[in-house]
Amino acid sequence: MYAQMIKTAGTGVKPREEMTPEEAAFQDKIDADIKIEPKDWMPDDYRATLIRQIGQHAHSEIVGQLPEGNWITRAPTLERKAILLAKVQDEAGHGLYLYCAAETLGVSRDELTEDLLSGRMKYSSIFNYPTLNWADIGAVGWLVDGAAIMNQVPLQRTSYGPYSRAMIRICKEESFHQRQGYDIMMKMAQGTEAQKKMAQDALNRFWYPSLMMFGPSDKESVHSAQSMAWKIKIDSNDELRQRFVDQTVPQAEYLGLSIPDDKLKWNEERGHYDFSEPDWTEFFNVLKGKGPCNTERMNDRKRAWEEGAWVRDGLMAHARKRAARKVAAE
Amino acid sequence: MKNEWPLWEVFIRGQHGMSHRHVGSLHAPDAEMAVKNARDVYTRRNEGVSIWVVEARHITATNPGDKGPMFEPSESKIYRHPTFFDIPDDVGAM
Repeated sequence: MYAQMIKTAGTGVKPREEMTPEEAAFQDKIDADIKIEPKDWMPDDYRATLIRQIGQHAHSEIVGQLPEGNWITRAPTLERKAILLAKVQDEAGHGLYLYCAAETLGVSRDELTEDLLSGRMKYSSIFNYPTLNWADIGAVGWLVDGAAIMNQVPLQRTSYGPYSRAMIRICKEESFHQRQGYDIMMKMAQGTEAQKKMAQDALNRFWYPSLMMFGPSDKESVHSAQSMAWKIKIDSNDELRQRFVDQTVPQAEYLGLSIPDDKLKWNEERGHYDFSEPDWTEFFNVLKGKGPCNTERMNDRKRAWEEGAWVRDGLMAHARKRAARKVAAE
Repeated sequence: MKNEWPLWEVFIRGQHGMSHRHVGSLHAPDAEMAVKNARDVYTRRNEGVSIWVVEARHITATNPGDKGPMFEPSESKIYRHPTFFDIPDDVGAM
């Protein structure tokens, strides 16, 4: 999940008797699956929560380019390099679709970027882990994109029109990402002993951080209940995590790799796998900025933003000059 | 001076013979760059054969609050649809 620990604005779900007529009409539309569009009336808390959620999602797409970009120049073949380039380019596009969706709520892209760089807004914890070898690129596509898809598929039905449309577009492209990751894993798992070891090592390191992507359990949270009533959150974190584990375990078995969890076991009664929770202390530390790569990621983003300033300004100055010249000629 | 690039709306013709359809938006300093960026962002997988871009501030839109007066008048005029008229089967295809 690319949006974690989003603080829902407000105080939880209001009973219908306490809603203003506007709020009741708004909730009726959502209950009837009528999309909310940018110029429609919406509660301030709905708008604020969506900006946080879509903004964090957009930032994750952009920061998510960094761990993979790390391997573009070192991809093992020209074909793998072209594929990885295409994937990283897709992530930039996904960031753009999402920033545009957030902008329809009345915040500018530059404001969102500045909020990321100042630390006011976050991105997904997963991108604070390093990609140490080529198998990590396989694990990222297979597990990280796989977990993202789990979250994004239901969000295609979210109540906010521009967000839903961005999700539909992203989901279409995302399945290429997961398959290219699994393809790398297959190659490595069927390769030499050393390659197999690398694949297993990548799975060992990315398994729990991938489970953390869904965030801690939120079944008791009043904030979650409000986001669900607004249909900007569709499933609980635990439901998504379970779905991810159930889907991924057989895929790991096919690869001949083992999930690094002694407690992992099929539970006949539940019809699901039982599994160990990730270390939530580690998760909160990563969110606080103490993950292995937080500083590196933020420094890279800051440098790109600052060193790109003269290009952004220059192109804008050029556009203004040309527009003025055109007016003068008319 | 504020230097944020303006917002452009992007319209793509998916195939020959179809109309252009709104697909999304992007930021660009001018129209030329907007077309180039639209090519890179919105047609990476053969989605289009033609692109239009228009700066978002030039678009005039109806107000959601006026939905009633704008669109309800057409709801009562069902005779505008061919199915309003009963034509006997004996007449043949029409």
